[in-house]
Amino acid sequence: MSALAALLVRDIRIGVRVGGGALMGVLFFLVVVTLVPFAVGPDLALLKRIGPAILWLAALLASLLALDRLFAADHEDGSLDLLLMSRAPLELVVAAKGLAHWLTTGLPLIVAAPLIGLLLNLDPPAEAALVLTFLAGTPALTFIGLIGAAISVALRRGGLLLAVLVLPLTVPVLIFGVAAANAAISGPMPFGTPFTILCALTLASLVIGPFAAAAALRQEME
Amino acid sequence: MRLSAANLACVRGGRDVFTGISFSVASGETLAITGRNGVGKSSLLRIVAGLIRITAGEIALEGGDPELTIAEQAHYLGHQDALKPALSVGENLRFWTGFLGGKATEITAALEAAGLHALADLPAGYLSAGQRRRLSIARLLAVRRPIWLLDEPMSTLDAAAQERLTGLMHTHLAQGGLILSATHGTLGIGAAQELRLGEAA
Amino acid sequence: MALTDLANPSRFLSFANRAIPWLGGFTVIVLAFGLNQAMSAPNDYQQGDTVKIMYLHVPSAWLSMLAWAVMSVAALGTLVWRHPLADVAAKAAAPIGAAFALLCLITGSLWGRPEWGTYWVWDARLTSELVLFLLYLGVIALWRTVEDPARAARAAAILTLVGAIDLPIIKFSVVWWNTLHQGSSFGLTGSTIYPTMLIPLLIMAVAFTLLFATLHLAAMRNEILRRRVRTQRLMQASTAN
Repeated sequence: MSALAALLVRDIRIGVRVGGGALMGVLFFLVVVTLVPFAVGPDLALLKRIGPAILWLAALLASLLALDRLFAADHEDGSLDLLLMSRAPLELVVAAKGLAHWLTTGLPLIVAAPLIGLLLNLDPPAEAALVLTFLAGTPALTFIGLIGAAISVALRRGGLLLAVLVLPLTVPVLIFGVAAANAAISGPMPFGTPFTILCALTLASLVIGPFAAAAALRQEME
Repeated sequence: MRLSAANLACVRGGRDVFTGISFSVASGETLAITGRNGVGKSSLLRIVAGLIRITAGEIALEGGDPELTIAEQAHYLGHQDALKPALSVGENLRFWTGFLGGKATEITAALEAAGLHALADLPAGYLSAGQRRRLSIARLLAVRRPIWLLDEPMSTLDAAAQERLTGLMHTHLAQGGLILSATHGTLGIGAAQELRLGEAA
Repeated sequence: MALTDLANPSRFLSFANRAIPWLGGFTVIVLAFGLNQAMSAPNDYQQGDTVKIMYLHVPSAWLSMLAWAVMSVAALGTLVWRHPLADVAAKAAAPIGAAFALLCLITGSLWGRPEWGTYWVWDARLTSELVLFLLYLGVIALWRTVEDPARAARAAAILTLVGAIDLPIIKFSVVWWNTLHQGSSFGLTGSTIYPTMLIPLLIMAVAFTLLFATLHLAAMRNEILRRRVRTQRLMQASTAN
């Protein structure tokens, strides 16, 4: 599987190079979280209560960022043709690209989340729960996003279409991600129940995402 | 090894691009696909590369690896160079060599054959169009594949580079490879079969 | 040496190479003296030792704004005179300004923890400093995204000037929005701070300004060298066959 390793390394390299989007996601995340208190007011008790929801929403938007370029960039420079001709199964090629995207945009969000959580007055146990739900849930966002990225690959203005296509599909992840974080912070539901469902959603999307995206890419190329 | 096609047809966007195309190319042979613009030269190459589904007819490869599809035994050199400007020349070639299953030891020789050895550490974004094209061609040398599908390979190359590519194509043919190439001008390969598209056959 | 001579990048480089060690040494001396003064300054009767954070916090806040001012002047140089050294000055100032803004935010939240019982409150001062920090990150991201420095310079210059106009507006709107942070202790009509604390604070402000000057000069030198490397590599690509 050295082909997939090579692809993973290349996509990570491009993500962290000049012009790459790796840190842009974190910056976007920070800006969105900062805007919320301006809209709802600086009441710390309120912010603490809705903090996990704000962070989850911001993470959802940030992880969609740059996703529209995931296949579109390869399509424009001709790389996608060669990826389609690969000896490795296209599903795995797509999954490798998804993993690289998650490592360069999802993982930095998880690292930044505790710091940004401080702004919303979250205490350490809440931060820990939030990081755990991010770790379990953000891969699902990326891999659901893969489908939209593959469908909108050859379209100009794919970014907006991608958001419209993908955001409704992420509703379950958002529900159980926020529910798990809230359960850990305030109860009364046990943390385990929504968290297990969140993990299940992620595992399912890890399978469904690459298959659907690969099918979409094959159709797109006809 | 023999690559043959019988009665190929291509329909794109509801329009018949071509119908009833047949050809047969053996090891050491070149098929030059000619014809005016829009006649389906690129489409024919993309069909062989498995990038467009066949509407009618069939393509067969005798003497290849039965475990692999035709596309998996072919190199496709399209209009775009499949390079990432943010990566260096060496990194670009190393990626494709790794991805296509070639040996890392071939990379230096391939860069030398393409005349890009001195530029290995430069970002690919700094290269001129001709240099990018040569880097793209270096991929064909770093990884051995018997079938070369070349779409206007001489475009953007200067006279010296065209001559060098002709030499590389001769070497490939001598090693038992076969070439399908869409072209406007001449390929400079002596005994090439010509498949003229767009004329009532 | 006339000031206009410095506009030549080569002259600037030799000037920077000579000036940086002296400026750096001077910075260390003033910083050491300032820290010493700050440590021996009396504690606040309410806040105790934590008031010492002020000697880092307040100068950082000033310098984060000074750096934007430097960038704005450089932005004018870029847009009006199209001077390459102005581009370099603007680009070099952004990460330093961002670092001072971050230092201000970190020291502020460490100070806020014992005083307010929380690391962060959405108060006017803190929030506008956070917005300034975000603007810095935006400018840095812009510089990183556009590969050609001349094009990046013009785009960043416009963003910097818009930010310069917008910053006071952001600041006032935030002040009216809500406030917990104490009002300014300084004004044109006099200050409400004791001289025993004011003098160390001013020394620290001078030290931070010197620190900024040293870092800025060094960053400008690095940026000029980086551009020369880029130009040479572009030439290497265009002369090769």
